[in-house]
Amino acid sequence: MTEKTQQELVQIDYAPPARDWMDPRIDFVARRGSWSYPGAAKNLRYLGFPNPRDWSPEDADWKLPPNWQQIIHDGLAERLGKYRSLKVFLDTCVRCGACADKCHFFLGSGDPKNMPVLRAELLRSVYRKDFTTAGRILGSIAGARELTPEVLKEWFYYFFQCTECRRCSVFCPYGIDTAEITMIARELLNLVGLNINWVIEPVANCDRTGNHLGIQPHTFKDNVDFLVDELADVTGVRVEPSINRKGAELLFVVPSADYFADPGIYTFMGYLLLFHYLGLDYTLSAYASEGGNFGLFTSHDTIKRLNYKIYHEARRLKVKWLLGGECGHMWRVMHQYMDTMNGPADFLEAPVSPVTGTRFEHAASTKMVHICEFTADLIRNGKLKLDKTRNDHRRVTFHDSCNPARAMGILEEPRIVLNAACNHVFEMPENTIREQTFCCGGGAGLGNDENLEMRLRGGLPRANAVRWVHEKHGVNLMACICAIDRATLTALVEYWVPEVGISGVHELLGNALVMPGEKPRTTDLRGLPLAGMEGVADV
Amino acid sequence: MRVIWSLVLVGALAAIAFAGSRAGGEAVFAVAVPYLALATFLVGLSARVIGWARSPVPFRIPTSCGQQRSLPWIRSSRLDNPSTGLGAAGRVLLEALAFRSLFRNTRAELREGGRLSYAADKWLWAAALAFHYSFLTILLRHLRFFAEPVPGFVALLQGLDGCFRVGVPTFYVSSVLLVVAAGFLLGRRLLDPKLRYLSLPADYVPLVLLLAIAASGLLLRHVYKTDLLAVKDLAVGLVTFRPVVPEGVGGLFYVHIFLVSSLFAYLPFSKLVHAAGIFLSPTRNLANDNRRRRHVNPWNPPIVGHTYAEWEADFHDKLVAAGLPLDKE
Amino acid sequence: MYDGGKILAGLAAFLALALFPFWEPAVGGRVARPEPKIVTAEKRCVRPKAEMRQSHMELLVSWRDSVVRQGQRSYRDPEGKAVTMSLEGTCMRCHPNKAEFCDSCHTALVVAPTCWECHIEPKERA
Repeated sequence: MTEKTQQELVQIDYAPPARDWMDPRIDFVARRGSWSYPGAAKNLRYLGFPNPRDWSPEDADWKLPPNWQQIIHDGLAERLGKYRSLKVFLDTCVRCGACADKCHFFLGSGDPKNMPVLRAELLRSVYRKDFTTAGRILGSIAGARELTPEVLKEWFYYFFQCTECRRCSVFCPYGIDTAEITMIARELLNLVGLNINWVIEPVANCDRTGNHLGIQPHTFKDNVDFLVDELADVTGVRVEPSINRKGAELLFVVPSADYFADPGIYTFMGYLLLFHYLGLDYTLSAYASEGGNFGLFTSHDTIKRLNYKIYHEARRLKVKWLLGGECGHMWRVMHQYMDTMNGPADFLEAPVSPVTGTRFEHAASTKMVHICEFTADLIRNGKLKLDKTRNDHRRVTFHDSCNPARAMGILEEPRIVLNAACNHVFEMPENTIREQTFCCGGGAGLGNDENLEMRLRGGLPRANAVRWVHEKHGVNLMACICAIDRATLTALVEYWVPEVGISGVHELLGNALVMPGEKPRTTDLRGLPLAGMEGVADV
Repeated sequence: MRVIWSLVLVGALAAIAFAGSRAGGEAVFAVAVPYLALATFLVGLSARVIGWARSPVPFRIPTSCGQQRSLPWIRSSRLDNPSTGLGAAGRVLLEALAFRSLFRNTRAELREGGRLSYAADKWLWAAALAFHYSFLTILLRHLRFFAEPVPGFVALLQGLDGCFRVGVPTFYVSSVLLVVAAGFLLGRRLLDPKLRYLSLPADYVPLVLLLAIAASGLLLRHVYKTDLLAVKDLAVGLVTFRPVVPEGVGGLFYVHIFLVSSLFAYLPFSKLVHAAGIFLSPTRNLANDNRRRRHVNPWNPPIVGHTYAEWEADFHDKLVAAGLPLDKE
Repeated sequence: MYDGGKILAGLAAFLALALFPFWEPAVGGRVARPEPKIVTAEKRCVRPKAEMRQSHMELLVSWRDSVVRQGQRSYRDPEGKAVTMSLEGTCMRCHPNKAEFCDSCHTALVVAPTCWECHIEPKERA
């Protein structure tokens, strides 16, 4: 944990410094705790990415290729031709400032370059210099800057200080999406070998083993078996998931953290209970063992490369359709990119719930359904026997994760599941939920330890809202549908609101789901005693 | 101090027009410059839009600001998260005509003990709306100079705009609103430290230019009155391609027409292209029907990836040890 | 995806709107430039012609205020001659041709004077 106290962190000055924003200099040593370690050479080598080497942002010389300016210039020119979004976003900003205090990193740090408008301006100024007549002639008067090594370092700092959460885009009168700007800026940085290890190592792992964590197939099986045993202990029911089984009706894809670490594993246990309850004909895959996609934080080509295995595996296993677990950026990719990049999925069938017969028309082309959509349909059709009192030891709030909220709009489905599974659900203030939800502070590959101070700052708006429901309603658990959230929010609330825990939505469903043949439950999936069972449960 | 730049620039433009028209350049400022400015505006704006259009939209990336359309019994947000082309068109129109996103604006405040609060802040929205609609009204009112007979809607608009009947000639609501709103927008740029920090000369130029246009226009109407029939001769001459250089309209008129010409000529090369950009913004103009209908990327690169066969070969022994099924024995 | 057709259609629609003044005459027709016709009984007006052309509305309103609010009806012109402040009695005596004298410009410039809300419009010979 960072050594700074809460009192120190909230001394935030929103008044901009005297130094003009066009001055790019950054003291990386003084700013330790707010940047991430660079990508290790071995990962770049494995992926065939440019310029693998050992370096540190604190070095004066970043060991760039000699023609790095040309590489960036050509890369930007190429992308201007490929993405209308980039062109329009670079040309239309009027700097009205509506986005300024919408960014969690600005709110938590007061650093003016975390105002989305200025973050984009870092790239826009170079675009003006290289691609507009006024910028070429008038220079800084026209807001143009030369691409110097200092500017490049500034890009590295600030484009890896954006979690691509799209909150600014909700408020922008032209819909300018800083996530899009950041994604393309990171692509450019990658061209000269600038990236962070917390992104690039998962990417390399995912390409090699099938998942970000580098879990190999035998360990994958061990982990699943372990969770099956745990479930048997808690419920007395032995579930029987299958792995890499051909001919199953559907392939279930989850973020790897769900079968790896607390608290994601409890969400995974919830999925397994639900599927067993339904007698669902599904399989997991040790190859397509990652729904998440850190390619999203690297480049469009990398998204495609990592996402490839999903349809590839679905075709190989001859399943009919895909079901996806709770994960934020995974769903940005599945919803907005997968079909375009690796489709058409004409070898699959339009998804139909085998339990209710509901046709998921909205997924007819991509053929992938979100588990919350699937479960909400079950609840609506009265297919689940739920004992809400088994979540009575929890007073729950719901955190809308950025991507599902702002790149998809799955707002009601998780709430339907939560309200069916819990008696005590409370909303955070309206400016902090749904499409206005605040980031956990550690998305887009920034959820690492060396960047912790910045995460805690960026997570301040979220933590504030949690503290509010905690104080007002006694909330002690925040549910979410994102694996990165489950990891980063845990650290966040531990620092800001330690009385509140983090869970997935299907963990709570798993608690409430009355399994045929189960033993009387005394604990929840975590082994914590249920309300009224404090003396009975052996914990 | 970037605002000084724009004051100097606009001042210089006004001086050029004033002195130039006095020095016998009437024809230049009355005829050549307006034609040139209009051509620059139309060609420049078209080129800009076509330039945008030449880059594809490889991915469908709407920003969803409400419930998606998924299960039929869940009420979806048709305009903030449209699932049809019609809905998306509605969303863009709402954005272009009513500044929908700006209406969401909030102001964050850090209170005692690091507590953040968010209050609705509609001032920017209100000022922007007032500014744009008064500008449009004023533009349309000027049609009285270009058309003979004047279309009926111009009289109607003028009647509404002048409904308070204050002063002779009447002060128009739009004139007052334009000046107040532009003044507000300029004021917040100068007074809000964040905005002052991020504002470029290019942010002040349009506001100062517009205020100068409004000022010269108001002066021409209320103080240094010009010969409106002569102005109408010029305007009608321009649109019928039989231009006449007006007599006795005065230097201030040339300042006004030159600043207006400058604004139009400047528009395609500045941030003012946001007027066209909003229609092409991929986070706003696309339906969020991604999983329903496949979006095609014209430059979609060939599919590459670590295939299952390669993966199985890499982990063969471990798959066998774990008892997982294999494609190849 | 380009949506080129939609964009070009939108652009064309905008250009058509922007060029409205250029094509409007073809639809709405064109009327010749108005010229106020002056028929006068007196040799000169109460103020110089150029000034009247620019500022007659202010003079008329000041007359109205003077008559209606102060009951003061006498006006001295620049040469010291007393004139009765009266639209119908003074102005219209020299300019009885409202349609040609007043309306031609007012219509061309879409000016809607409020005179005839209180005064009775003169009946002109057709």
